[in-house]
Amino acid sequence: MKTYINGIGCVSAQHTFEGEFAWAFQTPEDLNVLPIVKPNYGDYFSPIAARRMAKGVKNGIVASAIAMKEAGLEMPDAIITGTGMGCIEDSDKFLKAIIDNNEEFLTPTSFIQSTHNTVGSQIALGMQCKAYNFTYVNAAVSFESALLDAKMQIDANEAASILIGGVDEMTDYTASLFKLAGFIKDDAEGTFPVLNSKTQGTVFGEGSTFFVLENKITASTYAEVVDIEMLNEIAVDAVSQKAERFLESNGLSIADIDLLITGINGDANFCAYYDALTQQKFAHTPQAYYKHLSGEYNTASAFGLYVAANILKTQQLPAILKVNAIGQSQFRNILLYNQYRGIDHSFTLIRHVQTP
Amino acid sequence: MNKGVAITGMGIVSAIGNSVAENYHALTNGQKAITRISNIATVHADVIMVGEIKKTNEALAQELGLAGDNNYSRTAMLGAIAARQAVLDAKISDINDCRTGLISATSVGGMDTTEKHYYDYFKDPNLVKYISAHDGGDVAQKIAETIGLQGFVTTISTACSSAANAIMLGARLIKAGKLDRVIVGGTDGLAKFTINGFKTLMIQSDTFNTPFDNNRKGLNLGEAAAFLVLESEESVKKHNSKVLAYVSGYANANDAFHQTASSENGEGAFLAMNKAFEVSGLKPSDIDYINMHGTATPNNDLSEGRAVIRVFGEDGVPDFSSTKAFTGHTLAAAAAIEAVYSVLAIQNGVVYPNLNFETPMEEFNLIPQTTLKHKNIEHVLSNSFGFGGNCSTVIFSKS
Repeated sequence: MKTYINGIGCVSAQHTFEGEFAWAFQTPEDLNVLPIVKPNYGDYFSPIAARRMAKGVKNGIVASAIAMKEAGLEMPDAIITGTGMGCIEDSDKFLKAIIDNNEEFLTPTSFIQSTHNTVGSQIALGMQCKAYNFTYVNAAVSFESALLDAKMQIDANEAASILIGGVDEMTDYTASLFKLAGFIKDDAEGTFPVLNSKTQGTVFGEGSTFFVLENKITASTYAEVVDIEMLNEIAVDAVSQKAERFLESNGLSIADIDLLITGINGDANFCAYYDALTQQKFAHTPQAYYKHLSGEYNTASAFGLYVAANILKTQQLPAILKVNAIGQSQFRNILLYNQYRGIDHSFTLIRHVQTP
Repeated sequence: MNKGVAITGMGIVSAIGNSVAENYHALTNGQKAITRISNIATVHADVIMVGEIKKTNEALAQELGLAGDNNYSRTAMLGAIAARQAVLDAKISDINDCRTGLISATSVGGMDTTEKHYYDYFKDPNLVKYISAHDGGDVAQKIAETIGLQGFVTTISTACSSAANAIMLGARLIKAGKLDRVIVGGTDGLAKFTINGFKTLMIQSDTFNTPFDNNRKGLNLGEAAAFLVLESEESVKKHNSKVLAYVSGYANANDAFHQTASSENGEGAFLAMNKAFEVSGLKPSDIDYINMHGTATPNNDLSEGRAVIRVFGEDGVPDFSSTKAFTGHTLAAAAAIEAVYSVLAIQNGVVYPNLNFETPMEEFNLIPQTTLKHKNIEHVLSNSFGFGGNCSTVIFSKS
């Protein structure tokens, strides 16, 4: 069975949960941590329920609801979530309470909700879905793990419709730690361009992107998910060979790729991996990037897939996404490549589908 | 019948031993290792008991030959030690000579280092290296580095069922032909975070945990890591690997009842066991031993017991026990250490005693095996359940 993306819900630093694709994309270059554009949570749960939920849970529920609605799906055969850092808002809250109060006067709520699989299980609880429910937590391949797992189940005809998503939160304290460690660009830089940056660190963000994957083409189909490969380590000079081999195993060559979308995040210390593709073998391929819009986070690649799927569906590449000036009139095959700090590399291949 | 996916190596470190042999010796000699806590300074030291590995972080680092400036969390070190043993046990000479993957599992990753340094990162530049050691992926990457693996690496975190799901994913990747060999398991070091978390839930016993006893008072937390090597049939042939047992069935289902509590009738557990039977082609009467999740909390043992009765019938339940009275509840590692125990049960024909049991539960007529029992064991069913209603069953079969 083939795997198709039939619904997408995205909560991000952009207006992505309403309106046409890319209608309000903008790059706030004066920020090194991008806040999300908040959906109207009141449309999805009561204010009382919302107060108990961390933002990852809220955004996960909203994004999954949008994806399910678009696909016209009521009950998935599996729910698979990726989250690199998990529910850090509640985790921070509980840990601070432990330290500040010397392990006394603690309440269980934030501990209960700090568990990495909280988002996936809250979605299941909300729709009473008793099916398979996995959560992957492996940094930059957390979402790709979920995507691969889902594709394997659809390939093997074990499931017809699967809800998958990538969700990560950012908190003020984590942002301060990431600045200290040099993962986020230094505040003193003032402006934070992602493309052609010469400084270390990146612009961070947070978000939640969910997809309905199904074994059939419908009126709402965006694209076919052809293949995913994950590798924990690749030497810089082996990246393009790995990319070519990945394409070969799918009967394709570089010439068949109409668009290369990379996870370029402005970290000059690790851009060599991206350069290995963009400036060499794929130098004549149209290229796009997206982390200037979403910010970097472990599951930002799910935002990348949202962008790629929309380009295939609309057959339009908005200028704000372009890395080079090479034009393309038709988009059939898109290759995505992502890594974070030199590890957890992933290649994802998606293809245009003619919808009924 | 389809035999399943071959297990060709195992490694383990837990409170009851630092190797497969030591763990087996403790299990068959009734030697539990539930004690007062010594490695972590906590105000709860006098009111909790734990299954603790009596080695300091310095000792673990030395065992792994780590440099002084390493940034391994305790969780990563335990995982690396267990995975290294598993690779040795499987007699793997070149880990990258075929498509080999690693699937780790952890509940809180490097929380043990984070909670130690949380506010001090800004005061001491030497601590900054630990900021990147917090997440689950860092643990897996460190394990991969230790065993020299370059390839497919991922981590599952579904609380206390995590390692069962790692085994399941590994078996599925091999069946789907995506990998030739995969190292699967889980690791969790004790942390103040989880000690205090379970304290707030009021499900930690102040004495030895007593699974399936009517007067059970809750669980003892533990720490451990275990990894198993799974191989495809072709890889077994190519490497001339010795097959210890097979993973023959597996399934995951969701209770969809409550974020932390299990439903009264054990719906999720019931679904997971039934689905695992479907996958394996086995039926309940084929099972010779159930290694229960059996955390000794009032809620788990009642819910799991009811689910087992629904699947096997009250008169059809085979010998069963929980080994958590030996090791404590090792969270994301639990299903991995219990997978090792299940394979040992098959290899040696033993049912481990369910320690500390005195009074049968009043809700049903289920009496665990309380003494070591020798008999032929063809199939073991192992349950693991986690927060978020996550219910997993894995079935192991004789080679």
